[in-house]
Amino acid sequence: MPVSDMHKRRRARNLAIAAVLFGLVALFFFITIIKMGS
Amino acid sequence: MSEAAIRNEYRSEDGAYEASVGDYIALLKPRVMSLVVFTGLVGLMVAPGAIHPLLGAIAIVCIAVGAGASGALNMWYDADIDAKMARTAKRPIPMGRISAENALSFGMVLSIGSVTLMGLAVNYLAAGLLAFTIAFYVLVYTMVLKRRTPQNIVIGGAAGALPPVIGWAAVTGSLAIEPLVLFAIIFMWTPPHFWALGLFREGDYAAAGVPMLPVTHGPKVTRTNILVYSLLLAPLGVAPWLMGFAGVVYGTVSVLLGVFFVCHAVRLAVRPGDQAAKSLFGFSILYLFGIFAALLADALIRGGL
Repeated sequence: MPVSDMHKRRRARNLAIAAVLFGLVALFFFITIIKMGS
Repeated sequence: MSEAAIRNEYRSEDGAYEASVGDYIALLKPRVMSLVVFTGLVGLMVAPGAIHPLLGAIAIVCIAVGAGASGALNMWYDADIDAKMARTAKRPIPMGRISAENALSFGMVLSIGSVTLMGLAVNYLAAGLLAFTIAFYVLVYTMVLKRRTPQNIVIGGAAGALPPVIGWAAVTGSLAIEPLVLFAIIFMWTPPHFWALGLFREGDYAAAGVPMLPVTHGPKVTRTNILVYSLLLAPLGVAPWLMGFAGVVYGTVSVLLGVFFVCHAVRLAVRPGDQAAKSLFGFSILYLFGIFAALLADALIRGGL
């Protein structure tokens, strides 16, 4: 199936959401480390 | 390709438009965000005490995301008037690139997320101030004031003036006179900045039915008000130096910027026209960046970098 611009946009959006979610996971990990250390 | 053809190209099977990541970023009003982030960062940097660098960065990200969320909620509520104004007609909702419902959800998720993260990672005072800022901008400015009174941006300016207070609270966990002076500077800066914009975009605001001062009271009254606010802003801008929490570097820069601001306002008053209004509008942005950059430079110099 050809990949249309619509699919490209959807993929870019999904990747952006994935990046935000992984970023939040990393962020909460480091916040926990900092809070436990203080 | 025509706009209609582009829209069809990006529609999914159910006919819904597939918004790009860029469309969602546009909802966050990135240009407004840059000024908010910068003033918030300066509030954080000049505050006494220390904050873990990562927690400081999180505080700034929360301020940025909270400001963006306010922008998205503003675009959700104001889509009807945005569509009528040339300056805002190309925003994602009036263009049909994002539905109003999606913008509302996006804004709410980011609002709740940024306030929650600020509370968990930084402190509850900063989180409370961020929540108040978002609520004030959306509920008081956007929903109540904007369409009802020419004092809309005067009172609504309080929301845009709070970021340095939030930055300060993120470090100290408390409030003090210093961040409130920074609040007052931005609060006093907002009306001349937006009234200058209103002067050369008067037709836009009139068409959309937004009661900006140039629309309700005419350009002459607006120019006088701009001059009065500029005369109040100039000494207020010097206050951090006079009150002793900024040094001579800041004092010199703030005096010069204040004099230039008043000169622009006087020029607009005696030689009215779009060019003078645009010139003051452009300078007002430079003024605010200059004032806060000088405050930051001063704090870094006095702190031995």
